[in-house]
Amino acid sequence: MTDQIRCRDAVHQLWGYLDGALTTGNQEALESHLSWCLRCCGELEFARELRGLLQRRASPPLPDDVADRLERFVDHLDDPSGPPNPTVDHRS
Amino acid sequence: MLGASGRTQLQQLARDELPGLYALAWQLAGTDAEDLVQEALLRACRNFEQLRDPKAAGRWFRVILTNVWRDRLRKEGREPDEVSMPEEEGFSLYRTLVEEDPLPYSDTLHVDFLGAFSEHDVHEVLQRLPLRYRAPLVLRYVEGFSTQEIADLLELPLGTVLSQLHRGRQRFERAMWEYSEESGLLNEATQGSGTTPGSSRSARGPAHGPAERPATGVSS
Repeated sequence: MTDQIRCRDAVHQLWGYLDGALTTGNQEALESHLSWCLRCCGELEFARELRGLLQRRASPPLPDDVADRLERFVDHLDDPSGPPNPTVDHRS
Repeated sequence: MLGASGRTQLQQLARDELPGLYALAWQLAGTDAEDLVQEALLRACRNFEQLRDPKAAGRWFRVILTNVWRDRLRKEGREPDEVSMPEEEGFSLYRTLVEEDPLPYSDTLHVDFLGAFSEHDVHEVLQRLPLRYRAPLVLRYVEGFSTQEIADLLELPLGTVLSQLHRGRQRFERAMWEYSEESGLLNEATQGSGTTPGSSRSARGPAHGPAERPATGVSS
């Protein structure tokens, strides 16, 4: 017999549930709640989609000019003629 | 000094990781991203012998970059958790969408709403979050670090990281809602199912690359 939880408590735990980070007791209580609460099932699906959005679209692209400078920086990593200057080169 | 083969290997691994390292650096340090990547590469070079498995290079570089960033904040007397923010308890983007939807409820409203956010829009929303919330969110959901790994990286108690993640998620949801209202994304999402990810960008003005945006620091 699991403890019954309110919608507010259920929503509070959804991301933790998706992360697999809930205790066994909390997970069972949440799953029991989700077995009958359609709105919280919707919240769960939305949280899953939102999580996916973060994973897919949160990485800014590497601008071409920055890529060029960083490539040149890498070319000179551990260069025997001297270390690269860590200061950003804005001249190029 | 590395040998010739070690140097070549380091350079190849670093080149492969540059886009990902820059993306993480941008989320953590804004316009200081390029400099942060460079410093992380120098530290990686000095400690290259610690990398035992080249397949783990991506994670290894990211750990180093996050450590460099954390050390910089400390050196400057700043901490990612220095900003005190009001609680966001109780906000639900899911429910807000249903309640504020100007049109009759659609089964695809929520999916349409999220689908209207381009990469540029998601970057903009994330940059609105205080760093104390943005950093754990990015490390967890973009970079895939576990909560314990984040606690170790940021040298914070696990409970603090869990709390920041919870509040960060709620702040992220609220920021998405506010951004959608300001940018007109909400109307686009609710007007027609033909909206595709990123297709609305031109209607809201030109896209901005990360390097064109203002600096964002811990007090943002």
